[in-house]
Amino acid sequence: MERKLTCIICPLGCALTVETEGKKVISVTGNTCPRGGKYAESECTDPKRTVTSTVKCIDGSLVSVKTDTPIPKEKMTECMSLINKTVATLPIAIGDVIIEDAFGSRIVATQNRGL
Amino acid sequence: MKDLVIIGGGPAGMSAAIAAYENGIQDILILERDEHLGGILQQCIHNGFGLHKFGEELTGPEYAWKYEKKVRELGIECKLNTMVLDLSDDKIITATNSEDGIFQIQAKAVILAMGCRERAKGALNIAGSRPAGIYSAGTAQKFVNMKGYLPGKNVVILGSGDIGLIMARRMTLEGAKVHVVCELMPYSGGLARNIEQCLNDFNIPLKLSHTVVETHGKDRLEGVTIAQVDEKRKPIAETREYIPCDTLLLSVGLIPENELSKSANVAICNTTNGAVVDQDRQTSITGIFACGNVLHVHDLVDFVSQEAEIAGKAAAEYIVGRQNENLKITVKTDGKIRYTVPQIITKKKDVTVYFRVSDVYKNVKINITDGNTTLLSKKRPKVAPGEMESITLKREQLENAKELYFSLEAM
Repeated sequence: MERKLTCIICPLGCALTVETEGKKVISVTGNTCPRGGKYAESECTDPKRTVTSTVKCIDGSLVSVKTDTPIPKEKMTECMSLINKTVATLPIAIGDVIIEDAFGSRIVATQNRGL
Repeated sequence: MKDLVIIGGGPAGMSAAIAAYENGIQDILILERDEHLGGILQQCIHNGFGLHKFGEELTGPEYAWKYEKKVRELGIECKLNTMVLDLSDDKIITATNSEDGIFQIQAKAVILAMGCRERAKGALNIAGSRPAGIYSAGTAQKFVNMKGYLPGKNVVILGSGDIGLIMARRMTLEGAKVHVVCELMPYSGGLARNIEQCLNDFNIPLKLSHTVVETHGKDRLEGVTIAQVDEKRKPIAETREYIPCDTLLLSVGLIPENELSKSANVAICNTTNGAVVDQDRQTSITGIFACGNVLHVHDLVDFVSQEAEIAGKAAAEYIVGRQNENLKITVKTDGKIRYTVPQIITKKKDVTVYFRVSDVYKNVKINITDGNTTLLSKKRPKVAPGEMESITLKREQLENAKELYFSLEAM
């Protein structure tokens, strides 16, 4: 089967054509770099996304966060529920782990707060 | 008296400050009206920044922090919560904050790094009254990402620029239903990757050649009427469709914020709405430089940082008294190429010219001519208004040039 994808790895956004047999990827064309090939492979077998959001801090302010590696795409909504019921203690430095286990990844802070 | 005053502490201002410092100027002051450095990056919590500059994918706040950390390490002076009220052509800055009151600073050089603002509803001539629930996408972004408020539950987005696309995903993740994104043009103004990961991932429809023709509701928005448009971008009456919603987000373009530039009599380019600059990003007023989104709207912050480095370095050279060469090559375009930055070349050196096209063109040649001489010709499989292009001219190619003409030729 042929599948058309848009690569989301960088702002170029290459138009990829993926040849698949069942779940197996046979060939990828249209990518400018090797990362596009990898993305196509992962997108057809186990699609993943980085989730970015905010976590409430104990003082009522917000701190921006991200999953430090991409998580399974279908877990994005669950990941948001987890993030939204978390309250973080201060101070927070960029890179601090806010949630240890989030669908195979960790939720880390992308802003400093209360330093 | 200050050697260098930089107006704006966003990515452009910080990068310019660091570049000036690294080129020997230490007496620098950054004036920032917000309570933190970083500008709009602080509310752009999504990832995708920094691939060009740092080879890694960062969120907006992380990208800003890389520069803020450096600014702090170098001990560059910053005044936050400080609003610049006026700038004169002899480089006197009038500013105000709650600690110093109203104060004036004489600068040897000034870098304009004020960024841009969003085009508002008033510029669109949409019929209807003024109910609550209509926001620019960036305002909604600030509410959601910095204040923790969700502006509404049922959303229509007009404009498919990147901020609109990013907000479609953000509102969806926070539990709102985004019904549709309408785009007036037959193509999206946003990056292909954002259409994929912000709309397609969540099955949000993108309607090209569609616009919002009417808003409904008196106190709170109750719905919008959308319609398809013809080739002349006029709405087609038979295609009108009512969509109930409580929120309309507008992502309909950015305008460089040049009130201060104008008060200093800096010449403004009608196409970019930013200053006319040379290869050093020096404006028509000697010693006043401009960079980042106040000069022309960029698609990637990485390019803003790069441009600011040029301005910062040039400002440092100006302060120590390096002279301009007596040269003036103007850069003109054919209209298919909408604009270039710089618009003037005043030094014989390698110059990278950035430009944008006015429509989507496939299989074209970009020709740079000087009179009857072709200096350079580059092929491109596809060019689009949403993607800034660049071409580097070698010093030798500029040797006898008088007026450069950028044109697009079909192949």
